[in-house]
Amino acid sequence: MSVVGHQPPPFFKRGPAPLARLAFFVVLSLALLVFDLKYRYLELARQGVAAVLYPLQRAAYAPVDLYGQLGGYFTSLAAVQRENEQLKRKELESANWLLRQQHLEQENQRLRELLDMRAKQPVPGTLAEILYTARDPFSRRVVVDKGGQHGVVAGQAVVDESGVLGQVTRVFPMQSEATLITDKNQAVPVKLVRNGLRSVLFGASGGQLELRFLAANADVQPGDLLVTSGLDGIYQPGLPVAKVVRVDRDAAYSFARILCEPVAGVERHGQVLILGAREPLPPQIEETEPRDKPSKGRKAKRKEPAAQP
Amino acid sequence: MTIQPTHSSRRILLPVRQWFILFSLAAAFFLNLIPLGHAIGVPDWVALTLAFWCVREPLRVGMGTAFVFGVLMDVAAGSVMGQHSLAYLLLAYAAGGLSRRILWFPLVQQALHVLPLLLATQLVMVVTRLVGGADFPGWGYFLGSFSGALLWFPLTFMLLLPQYQPIEKDENRPI
Repeated sequence: MSVVGHQPPPFFKRGPAPLARLAFFVVLSLALLVFDLKYRYLELARQGVAAVLYPLQRAAYAPVDLYGQLGGYFTSLAAVQRENEQLKRKELESANWLLRQQHLEQENQRLRELLDMRAKQPVPGTLAEILYTARDPFSRRVVVDKGGQHGVVAGQAVVDESGVLGQVTRVFPMQSEATLITDKNQAVPVKLVRNGLRSVLFGASGGQLELRFLAANADVQPGDLLVTSGLDGIYQPGLPVAKVVRVDRDAAYSFARILCEPVAGVERHGQVLILGAREPLPPQIEETEPRDKPSKGRKAKRKEPAAQP
Repeated sequence: MTIQPTHSSRRILLPVRQWFILFSLAAAFFLNLIPLGHAIGVPDWVALTLAFWCVREPLRVGMGTAFVFGVLMDVAAGSVMGQHSLAYLLLAYAAGGLSRRILWFPLVQQALHVLPLLLATQLVMVVTRLVGGADFPGWGYFLGSFSGALLWFPLTFMLLLPQYQPIEKDENRPI
Protein backbone atom coordinates (compact mmCIF):
# COMPACT_ATOMS: atom_id res chain seq x y z
CA MET A 1 0.00 0.00 0.00
CA SER A 2 1.38 3.40 -0.92
CA VAL A 3 1.68 6.40 1.34
CA VAL A 4 -1.48 8.15 0.23
CA GLY A 5 -3.59 5.05 0.64
CA HIS A 6 -3.98 4.27 -3.06
CA GLN A 7 -3.51 0.74 -4.32
CA PRO A 8 -1.84 0.28 -7.68
CA PRO A 9 -4.32 -0.30 -10.49
CA PRO A 10 -5.05 -4.03 -10.98
CA PHE A 11 -3.43 -4.26 -14.40
CA PHE A 12 -0.03 -3.76 -12.84
CA LYS A 13 -0.50 -6.71 -10.50
CA ARG A 14 1.86 -9.44 -11.54
CA GLY A 15 2.32 -11.32 -8.30
CA PRO A 16 5.71 -11.84 -6.68
CA ALA A 17 8.89 -11.13 -8.60
CA PRO A 18 9.96 -13.88 -11.03
CA LEU A 19 13.10 -14.63 -9.09
CA ALA A 20 11.16 -15.07 -5.85
CA ARG A 21 8.69 -17.37 -7.61
CA LEU A 22 11.55 -19.33 -9.12
CA ALA A 23 13.19 -19.74 -5.74
CA PHE A 24 9.90 -20.95 -4.22
CA PHE A 25 9.25 -23.53 -6.92
CA VAL A 26 12.87 -24.70 -7.05
CA VAL A 27 12.81 -25.35 -3.33
CA LEU A 28 9.52 -27.22 -3.78
CA SER A 29 10.96 -29.37 -6.58
CA LEU A 30 14.13 -30.11 -4.67
CA ALA A 31 12.02 -31.12 -1.68
CA LEU A 32 10.04 -33.48 -3.94
CA LEU A 33 13.28 -34.91 -5.29
CA VAL A 34 14.79 -35.53 -1.89
CA PHE A 35 11.59 -36.98 -0.45
CA ASP A 36 11.22 -39.35 -3.38
CA LEU A 37 14.84 -40.39 -3.81
CA LYS A 38 15.82 -40.63 -0.20
CA TYR A 39 12.71 -41.44 1.78
CA ARG A 40 10.16 -42.71 -0.80
CA TYR A 41 7.37 -40.83 0.95
CA LEU A 42 5.58 -39.83 -2.22
CA GLU A 43 4.28 -43.21 -3.38
CA LEU A 44 0.76 -42.42 -2.19
CA ALA A 45 0.66 -39.10 -4.09
CA ARG A 46 2.04 -40.87 -7.13
CA GLN A 47 -0.65 -43.54 -6.88
CA GLY A 48 -3.34 -40.86 -6.75
CA VAL A 49 -2.10 -38.97 -9.79
CA ALA A 50 -1.47 -42.21 -11.66
CA ALA A 51 -5.03 -43.36 -11.05
CA VAL A 52 -6.31 -40.12 -12.61
CA LEU A 53 -3.91 -40.43 -15.53
CA TYR A 54 -4.69 -44.09 -16.20
CA PRO A 55 -7.44 -43.57 -18.83
CA LEU A 56 -5.22 -41.06 -20.65
CA GLN A 57 -2.35 -43.50 -20.63
CA ARG A 58 -4.54 -46.27 -22.01
CA ALA A 59 -5.75 -43.92 -24.74
CA ALA A 60 -2.18 -42.98 -25.61
CA TYR A 61 -1.29 -46.66 -25.77
CA ALA A 62 -4.07 -47.31 -28.29
CA PRO A 63 -2.17 -46.20 -31.43
CA VAL A 64 0.85 -48.32 -30.49
CA ASP A 65 -1.42 -51.25 -29.75
CA LEU A 66 -3.22 -50.79 -33.07
CA TYR A 67 0.10 -50.71 -34.91
CA GLY A 68 1.14 -53.95 -33.23
CA GLN A 69 -2.18 -55.60 -34.05
CA LEU A 70 -1.98 -54.49 -37.67
CA GLY A 71 1.51 -55.94 -37.85
CA GLY A 72 0.23 -59.17 -36.36
CA TYR A 73 -2.66 -59.27 -38.82
CA PHE A 74 -0.37 -59.03 -41.81
CA THR A 75 2.05 -61.62 -40.49
CA SER A 76 1.96 -64.30 -43.09
CA LEU A 77 0.19 -67.54 -42.42
CA ALA A 78 3.38 -69.46 -43.08
CA ALA A 79 5.16 -67.77 -40.19
CA VAL A 80 2.37 -68.65 -37.81
CA GLN A 81 2.36 -72.26 -39.00
CA ARG A 82 6.10 -72.50 -38.56
CA GLU A 83 5.82 -71.11 -35.06
CA ASN A 84 3.04 -73.55 -34.26
CA GLU A 85 5.18 -76.45 -35.39
CA GLN A 86 8.09 -75.25 -33.33
CA LEU A 87 5.91 -74.90 -30.26
CA LYS A 88 4.51 -78.39 -30.72
CA ARG A 89 7.98 -79.85 -30.97
CA LYS A 90 9.05 -77.91 -27.91
CA GLU A 91 6.05 -79.15 -25.99
CA LEU A 92 6.83 -82.74 -26.85
CA GLU A 93 10.42 -82.26 -25.78
CA SER A 94 9.44 -80.73 -22.49
CA ALA A 95 6.70 -83.31 -21.91
CA ASN A 96 9.41 -85.78 -21.10
CA TRP A 97 10.56 -83.53 -18.27
CA LEU A 98 7.12 -82.49 -17.13
CA LEU A 99 5.83 -86.05 -16.86
CA ARG A 100 8.79 -87.05 -14.81
CA GLN A 101 8.63 -83.91 -12.70
CA GLN A 102 5.27 -84.83 -11.24
CA HIS A 103 6.69 -88.11 -10.16
CA LEU A 104 9.82 -86.47 -8.82
CA GLU A 105 7.85 -83.91 -6.86
CA GLN A 106 5.84 -86.61 -5.18
CA GLU A 107 9.00 -88.46 -4.40
CA ASN A 108 10.57 -85.31 -3.06
CA GLN A 109 7.60 -84.68 -0.80
CA ARG A 110 7.74 -88.20 0.56
CA LEU A 111 11.44 -87.93 1.22
CA ARG A 112 10.95 -84.60 2.92
CA GLU A 113 8.26 -86.12 5.10
CA LEU A 114 10.59 -88.96 5.92
CA LEU A 115 13.33 -86.51 6.83
CA ASP A 116 10.84 -84.35 8.75
CA MET A 117 11.62 -81.29 6.67
CA ARG A 118 9.27 -78.49 5.85
CA ALA A 119 7.37 -79.10 2.62
CA LYS A 120 8.17 -76.79 -0.26
CA GLN A 121 5.23 -74.60 -1.08
CA PRO A 122 3.93 -74.58 -4.62
CA VAL A 123 4.32 -71.15 -6.21
CA PRO A 124 1.25 -69.53 -7.71
CA GLY A 125 1.77 -67.25 -10.66
CA THR A 126 -0.14 -64.55 -12.51
CA LEU A 127 0.10 -64.44 -16.28
CA ALA A 128 0.68 -60.89 -17.51
CA GLU A 129 1.66 -59.11 -20.67
CA ILE A 130 4.34 -56.47 -21.09
CA LEU A 131 2.59 -53.41 -22.49
CA TYR A 132 5.48 -51.06 -23.12
CA THR A 133 8.80 -49.78 -21.88
CA ALA A 134 8.50 -47.00 -19.31
CA ARG A 135 9.36 -43.61 -20.78
CA ASP A 136 12.08 -42.84 -18.25
CA PRO A 137 15.34 -43.29 -20.20
CA PHE A 138 17.47 -43.44 -17.05
CA SER A 139 16.22 -46.80 -15.89
CA ARG A 140 15.13 -50.07 -17.45
CA ARG A 141 11.57 -50.70 -16.57
CA VAL A 142 8.53 -52.12 -18.29
CA VAL A 143 4.83 -51.74 -17.62
CA VAL A 144 2.77 -54.92 -17.38
CA ASP A 145 -0.99 -55.14 -17.60
CA LYS A 146 -1.70 -56.66 -14.18
CA GLY A 147 -1.88 -54.52 -11.08
CA GLY A 148 -3.10 -54.36 -7.52
CA GLN A 149 -6.60 -55.37 -8.61
CA HIS A 150 -5.19 -58.70 -9.81
CA GLY A 151 -3.31 -59.37 -6.60
CA VAL A 152 0.11 -58.19 -7.71
CA VAL A 153 2.30 -56.94 -4.86
CA ALA A 154 5.53 -54.97 -5.11
CA GLY A 155 8.51 -57.26 -4.74
CA GLN A 156 7.25 -60.20 -6.75
CA ALA A 157 9.57 -61.77 -9.29
CA VAL A 158 8.78 -61.57 -13.01
CA VAL A 159 9.92 -64.45 -15.21
CA ASP A 160 9.45 -65.49 -18.81
CA GLU A 161 9.77 -68.94 -20.35
CA SER A 162 13.55 -69.00 -20.17
CA GLY A 163 14.49 -67.13 -17.02
CA VAL A 164 14.22 -64.21 -14.65
CA LEU A 165 13.20 -60.87 -16.19
CA GLY A 166 13.03 -58.64 -13.15
CA GLN A 167 10.96 -57.65 -10.21
CA VAL A 168 7.74 -55.73 -9.66
CA THR A 169 8.74 -52.43 -8.09
CA ARG A 170 5.63 -50.28 -8.26
CA VAL A 171 2.02 -51.37 -8.29
CA PHE A 172 -0.85 -49.30 -9.64
CA PRO A 173 -4.46 -50.45 -9.50
CA MET A 174 -4.66 -51.72 -13.08
CA GLN A 175 -1.04 -52.11 -14.09
CA SER A 176 2.34 -52.36 -12.49
CA GLU A 177 5.91 -51.44 -13.19
CA ALA A 178 8.65 -54.03 -13.23
CA THR A 179 12.34 -53.16 -13.03
CA LEU A 180 14.40 -55.35 -15.35
CA ILE A 181 17.49 -57.13 -14.09
CA THR A 182 19.55 -55.02 -16.52
CA ASP A 183 18.75 -51.87 -14.51
CA LYS A 184 21.82 -50.42 -12.87
CA ASN A 185 20.28 -50.45 -9.39
CA GLN A 186 18.70 -53.88 -9.58
CA ALA A 187 20.57 -56.63 -7.76
CA VAL A 188 19.88 -60.36 -7.99
CA PRO A 189 21.59 -62.81 -5.63
CA VAL A 190 22.82 -65.67 -7.79
CA LYS A 191 24.98 -68.74 -7.68
CA LEU A 192 26.96 -70.57 -10.30
CA VAL A 193 25.43 -73.87 -11.32
CA ARG A 194 28.82 -75.50 -11.91
CA ASN A 195 30.33 -74.96 -8.46
CA GLY A 196 27.72 -73.25 -6.32
CA LEU A 197 29.72 -70.04 -5.98
CA ARG A 198 27.45 -67.30 -4.63
CA SER A 199 27.48 -63.66 -5.69
CA VAL A 200 25.28 -60.72 -6.58
CA LEU A 201 24.39 -59.77 -10.13
CA PHE A 202 23.94 -56.10 -11.07
CA GLY A 203 22.78 -54.45 -14.25
CA ALA A 204 25.43 -52.91 -16.48
CA SER A 205 25.13 -50.57 -19.43
CA GLY A 206 24.10 -51.90 -22.81
CA GLY A 207 21.60 -54.48 -21.59
CA GLN A 208 24.30 -56.60 -19.96
CA LEU A 209 24.85 -57.73 -16.42
CA GLU A 210 27.85 -57.66 -14.17
CA LEU A 211 28.82 -60.14 -11.49
CA ARG A 212 30.36 -58.10 -8.73
CA PHE A 213 32.39 -58.79 -5.63
CA LEU A 214 34.07 -61.95 -6.83
CA ALA A 215 37.80 -62.26 -6.21
CA ALA A 216 40.11 -61.96 -9.20
CA ASN A 217 40.99 -65.62 -8.96
CA ALA A 218 37.40 -66.86 -8.56
CA ASP A 219 36.51 -69.96 -10.51
CA VAL A 220 34.30 -68.43 -13.18
CA GLN A 221 34.45 -69.29 -16.87
CA PRO A 222 32.67 -67.89 -19.90
CA GLY A 223 29.59 -69.98 -20.56
CA ASP A 224 28.77 -70.62 -16.90
CA LEU A 225 25.08 -70.50 -16.08
CA LEU A 226 23.91 -68.39 -13.15
CA VAL A 227 20.71 -69.22 -11.27
CA THR A 228 19.02 -67.43 -8.40
CA SER A 229 20.36 -68.50 -5.05
CA GLY A 230 17.14 -67.72 -3.19
CA LEU A 231 19.01 -66.10 -0.33
CA ASP A 232 17.07 -62.85 -0.72
CA GLY A 233 13.68 -64.32 0.05
CA ILE A 234 12.26 -62.83 -3.14
CA TYR A 235 13.28 -65.04 -6.02
CA GLN A 236 12.66 -68.76 -5.94
CA PRO A 237 15.98 -70.59 -5.82
CA GLY A 238 17.15 -72.16 -9.04
CA LEU A 239 15.65 -69.84 -11.66
CA PRO A 240 18.07 -69.27 -14.56
CA VAL A 241 19.20 -65.66 -14.72
CA ALA A 242 22.24 -65.14 -16.91
CA LYS A 243 25.16 -66.65 -18.72
CA VAL A 244 28.75 -65.50 -18.25
CA VAL A 245 30.08 -63.92 -21.44
CA ARG A 246 33.46 -62.51 -20.55
CA VAL A 247 35.81 -62.62 -17.59
CA ASP A 248 38.48 -59.93 -17.23
CA ARG A 249 41.06 -60.62 -14.57
CA ASP A 250 43.10 -57.51 -14.00
CA ALA A 251 45.80 -57.77 -11.41
CA ALA A 252 45.36 -54.08 -10.57
CA TYR A 253 41.92 -54.73 -9.08
CA SER A 254 41.09 -57.16 -6.35
CA PHE A 255 37.80 -58.11 -8.02
CA ALA A 256 37.34 -59.74 -11.38
CA ARG A 257 35.20 -57.96 -13.97
CA ILE A 258 32.65 -60.50 -15.11
CA LEU A 259 30.14 -59.60 -17.80
CA CYS A 260 27.02 -61.69 -18.27
CA GLU A 261 24.12 -61.79 -20.65
CA PRO A 262 20.54 -62.31 -19.46
CA VAL A 263 18.98 -65.66 -20.33
CA ALA A 264 15.44 -64.28 -20.50
CA GLY A 265 14.32 -62.07 -23.35
CA VAL A 266 14.79 -58.92 -21.31
CA GLU A 267 14.45 -56.51 -24.22
CA ARG A 268 11.67 -58.53 -25.87
CA HIS A 269 8.02 -57.87 -25.26
CA GLY A 270 5.52 -60.60 -24.64
CA GLN A 271 3.89 -62.76 -22.04
CA VAL A 272 5.47 -63.00 -18.62
CA LEU A 273 4.65 -64.75 -15.40
CA ILE A 274 4.52 -62.83 -12.12
CA LEU A 275 5.48 -65.37 -9.49
CA GLY A 276 3.67 -65.32 -6.17
CA ALA A 277 5.40 -63.99 -3.12
CA ARG A 278 7.66 -66.45 -1.37
CA GLU A 279 7.01 -67.53 2.14
CA PRO A 280 9.01 -65.23 4.40
CA LEU A 281 12.45 -66.38 5.38
CA PRO A 282 13.03 -67.24 9.03
CA PRO A 283 13.94 -64.12 11.04
CA GLN A 284 17.59 -63.22 10.89
CA ILE A 285 19.71 -64.07 13.82
CA GLU A 286 20.77 -60.81 15.35
CA GLU A 287 24.45 -60.31 15.68
CA THR A 288 25.70 -60.35 19.19
CA GLU A 289 26.44 -56.78 20.08
CA PRO A 290 30.11 -56.02 20.46
CA ARG A 291 31.14 -54.62 23.77
CA ASP A 292 30.10 -51.02 23.65
CA LYS A 293 29.41 -48.20 26.02
CA PRO A 294 27.64 -49.59 29.08
CA SER A 295 24.60 -47.34 28.62
CA LYS A 296 23.96 -48.79 25.16
CA GLY A 297 24.32 -52.34 26.37
CA ARG A 298 21.77 -51.77 29.08
CA LYS A 299 19.33 -50.32 26.58
CA ALA A 300 19.70 -53.35 24.37
CA LYS A 301 19.11 -55.64 27.32
CA ARG A 302 16.00 -53.79 28.28
CA LYS A 303 14.66 -54.14 24.75
CA GLU A 304 15.19 -57.90 24.59
CA PRO A 305 12.31 -59.13 26.76
CA ALA A 306 9.89 -56.94 24.82
CA ALA A 307 10.99 -58.48 21.55
CA GLN A 308 10.75 -62.09 22.67
CA PRO A 309 6.98 -62.68 22.99
CA MET B 1 -3.89 -16.76 -47.52
CA THR B 2 -0.23 -16.00 -47.18
CA ILE B 3 1.07 -16.03 -43.68
CA GLN B 4 3.23 -13.06 -42.94
CA PRO B 5 6.19 -13.34 -40.58
CA THR B 6 4.97 -13.30 -37.02
CA HIS B 7 7.83 -11.27 -35.65
CA SER B 8 7.21 -8.31 -37.90
CA SER B 9 5.10 -5.56 -36.50
CA ARG B 10 2.89 -5.50 -39.60
CA ARG B 11 1.11 -8.56 -38.38
CA ILE B 12 -1.46 -7.91 -35.68
CA LEU B 13 -2.68 -11.02 -33.90
CA LEU B 14 -5.89 -11.61 -32.05
CA PRO B 15 -5.47 -12.07 -28.31
CA VAL B 16 -4.80 -15.67 -27.29
CA ARG B 17 -7.50 -17.64 -25.52
CA GLN B 18 -6.65 -19.24 -22.19
CA TRP B 19 -8.44 -22.49 -23.01
CA PHE B 20 -6.40 -22.90 -26.18
CA ILE B 21 -3.14 -22.64 -24.21
CA LEU B 22 -4.32 -25.30 -21.80
CA PHE B 23 -5.63 -27.45 -24.64
CA SER B 24 -2.32 -27.32 -26.50
CA LEU B 25 -0.39 -28.21 -23.35
CA ALA B 26 -2.77 -31.11 -22.67
CA ALA B 27 -2.35 -32.31 -26.26
CA ALA B 28 1.43 -32.14 -25.87
CA PHE B 29 1.15 -34.12 -22.65
CA PHE B 30 -0.92 -36.74 -24.45
CA LEU B 31 1.73 -36.98 -27.19
CA ASN B 32 4.34 -37.51 -24.49
CA LEU B 33 2.31 -40.37 -23.05
CA ILE B 34 2.48 -42.40 -26.26
CA PRO B 35 4.88 -45.21 -25.37
CA LEU B 36 7.63 -45.29 -28.00
CA GLY B 37 10.11 -47.12 -25.81
CA HIS B 38 13.46 -45.40 -25.72
CA ALA B 39 13.29 -44.20 -29.32
CA ILE B 40 16.03 -41.69 -30.03
CA GLY B 41 15.21 -38.18 -31.20
CA VAL B 42 11.62 -37.99 -30.01
CA PRO B 43 11.14 -34.45 -28.74
CA ASP B 44 9.71 -33.66 -25.35
CA TRP B 45 6.44 -32.16 -26.55
CA VAL B 46 5.49 -30.66 -23.20
CA ALA B 47 8.83 -28.86 -22.86
CA LEU B 48 8.53 -27.54 -26.40
CA THR B 49 4.96 -26.29 -26.03
CA LEU B 50 5.75 -24.86 -22.64
CA ALA B 51 8.74 -22.99 -24.05
CA PHE B 52 6.56 -21.68 -26.86
CA TRP B 53 3.88 -20.26 -24.59
CA CYS B 54 6.43 -18.90 -22.12
CA VAL B 55 8.02 -16.99 -24.98
CA ARG B 56 4.71 -15.88 -26.52
CA GLU B 57 2.66 -15.19 -23.40
CA PRO B 58 5.02 -14.76 -20.46
CA LEU B 59 2.26 -13.19 -18.37
CA ARG B 60 -0.17 -16.08 -18.80
CA VAL B 61 2.09 -19.13 -18.79
CA GLY B 62 4.92 -19.29 -16.32
CA MET B 63 6.51 -21.27 -13.61
CA GLY B 64 3.29 -22.39 -11.94
CA THR B 65 2.05 -24.09 -15.12
CA ALA B 66 5.51 -25.56 -15.69
CA PHE B 67 5.59 -27.01 -12.21
CA VAL B 68 2.15 -28.64 -12.49
CA PHE B 69 2.89 -30.21 -15.86
CA GLY B 70 6.29 -31.28 -14.55
CA VAL B 71 4.72 -33.21 -11.70
CA LEU B 72 2.24 -34.81 -14.10
CA MET B 73 5.11 -35.83 -16.38
CA ASP B 74 7.02 -37.26 -13.43
CA VAL B 75 4.15 -39.57 -12.63
CA ALA B 76 3.40 -40.46 -16.23
CA ALA B 77 7.02 -41.23 -17.09
CA GLY B 78 7.62 -43.15 -13.89
CA SER B 79 10.66 -41.02 -13.14
CA VAL B 80 11.71 -39.53 -9.85
CA MET B 81 9.25 -36.97 -8.49
CA GLY B 82 10.62 -33.47 -9.04
CA GLN B 83 12.82 -34.33 -11.99
CA HIS B 84 10.60 -32.95 -14.74
CA SER B 85 9.13 -30.24 -12.55
CA LEU B 86 12.56 -28.81 -11.75
CA ALA B 87 13.67 -28.93 -15.38
CA TYR B 88 10.46 -27.38 -16.75
CA LEU B 89 10.57 -24.75 -14.05
CA LEU B 90 14.00 -23.52 -15.10
CA LEU B 91 12.91 -23.70 -18.73
CA ALA B 92 9.86 -21.55 -18.02
CA TYR B 93 11.94 -19.04 -16.09
CA ALA B 94 14.56 -18.74 -18.82
CA ALA B 95 12.02 -18.64 -21.66
CA GLY B 96 9.92 -16.03 -19.86
CA GLY B 97 12.98 -13.92 -19.18
CA LEU B 98 14.20 -14.13 -22.77
CA SER B 99 10.75 -13.67 -24.24
CA ARG B 100 11.17 -10.05 -25.36
CA ARG B 101 14.53 -10.81 -26.93
CA ILE B 102 13.50 -14.01 -28.71
CA LEU B 103 10.38 -12.51 -30.27
CA TRP B 104 12.52 -9.86 -31.90
CA PHE B 105 14.14 -12.40 -34.18
CA PRO B 106 12.84 -14.29 -37.23
CA LEU B 107 11.88 -17.93 -36.77
CA VAL B 108 15.25 -19.50 -37.60
CA GLN B 109 17.01 -17.48 -34.96
CA GLN B 110 14.15 -18.07 -32.55
CA ALA B 111 14.71 -21.80 -32.97
CA LEU B 112 18.42 -21.27 -32.35
CA HIS B 113 17.51 -19.54 -29.11
CA VAL B 114 15.17 -22.32 -28.07
CA LEU B 115 17.67 -25.11 -28.75
CA PRO B 116 20.00 -24.28 -25.83
CA LEU B 117 16.95 -23.88 -23.58
CA LEU B 118 15.73 -27.39 -24.45
CA LEU B 119 19.25 -28.80 -24.11
CA ALA B 120 19.58 -27.19 -20.70
CA THR B 121 16.24 -28.74 -19.69
CA GLN B 122 17.53 -32.18 -20.59
CA LEU B 123 20.85 -31.49 -18.93
CA VAL B 124 19.07 -30.60 -15.68
CA MET B 125 17.21 -33.92 -15.84
CA VAL B 126 20.39 -35.88 -16.53
CA VAL B 127 22.24 -34.22 -13.67
CA THR B 128 19.34 -34.80 -11.27
CA ARG B 129 19.19 -38.47 -12.11
CA LEU B 130 22.94 -39.04 -12.14
CA VAL B 131 23.12 -37.52 -8.67
CA GLY B 132 20.33 -39.92 -7.72
CA GLY B 133 22.47 -42.83 -8.88
CA ALA B 134 20.89 -43.68 -12.23
CA ASP B 135 22.55 -44.83 -15.42
CA PHE B 136 23.62 -42.37 -18.14
CA PRO B 137 21.19 -42.84 -21.04
CA GLY B 138 23.74 -42.15 -23.79
CA TRP B 139 24.32 -39.12 -25.98
CA GLY B 140 21.41 -40.00 -28.25
CA TYR B 141 19.16 -38.77 -25.49
CA PHE B 142 20.05 -35.17 -26.33
CA LEU B 143 18.92 -35.57 -29.95
CA GLY B 144 15.38 -34.94 -28.76
CA SER B 145 16.25 -31.27 -28.23
CA PHE B 146 17.47 -30.86 -31.80
CA SER B 147 14.33 -32.35 -33.29
CA GLY B 148 12.35 -30.16 -30.90
CA ALA B 149 14.13 -27.04 -32.14
CA LEU B 150 13.42 -28.09 -35.75
CA LEU B 151 9.75 -28.38 -34.84
CA TRP B 152 9.70 -24.75 -33.72
CA PHE B 153 8.56 -23.64 -37.22
CA PRO B 154 5.49 -25.88 -37.64
CA LEU B 155 4.67 -25.40 -33.97
CA THR B 156 4.60 -21.63 -34.29
CA PHE B 157 2.18 -21.81 -37.19
CA MET B 158 -0.03 -24.40 -35.57
CA LEU B 159 -0.31 -22.73 -32.21
CA LEU B 160 -0.81 -19.24 -33.62
CA LEU B 161 -3.40 -20.36 -36.17
CA PRO B 162 -6.43 -19.45 -34.00
CA GLN B 163 -5.00 -15.96 -33.60
CA TYR B 164 -4.63 -15.48 -37.33
CA GLN B 165 -8.34 -15.91 -37.99
CA PRO B 166 -10.07 -12.55 -38.27
CA ILE B 167 -13.52 -12.20 -36.74
CA GLU B 168 -14.84 -10.50 -39.86
CA LYS B 169 -13.09 -10.55 -43.19
CA ASP B 170 -11.88 -7.21 -44.51
CA GLU B 171 -9.37 -7.03 -47.34
CA ASN B 172 -8.14 -3.58 -46.30
CA ARG B 173 -7.18 -4.54 -42.80
CA PRO B 174 -3.90 -6.14 -41.75
CA ILE B 175 -5.50 -8.67 -39.39
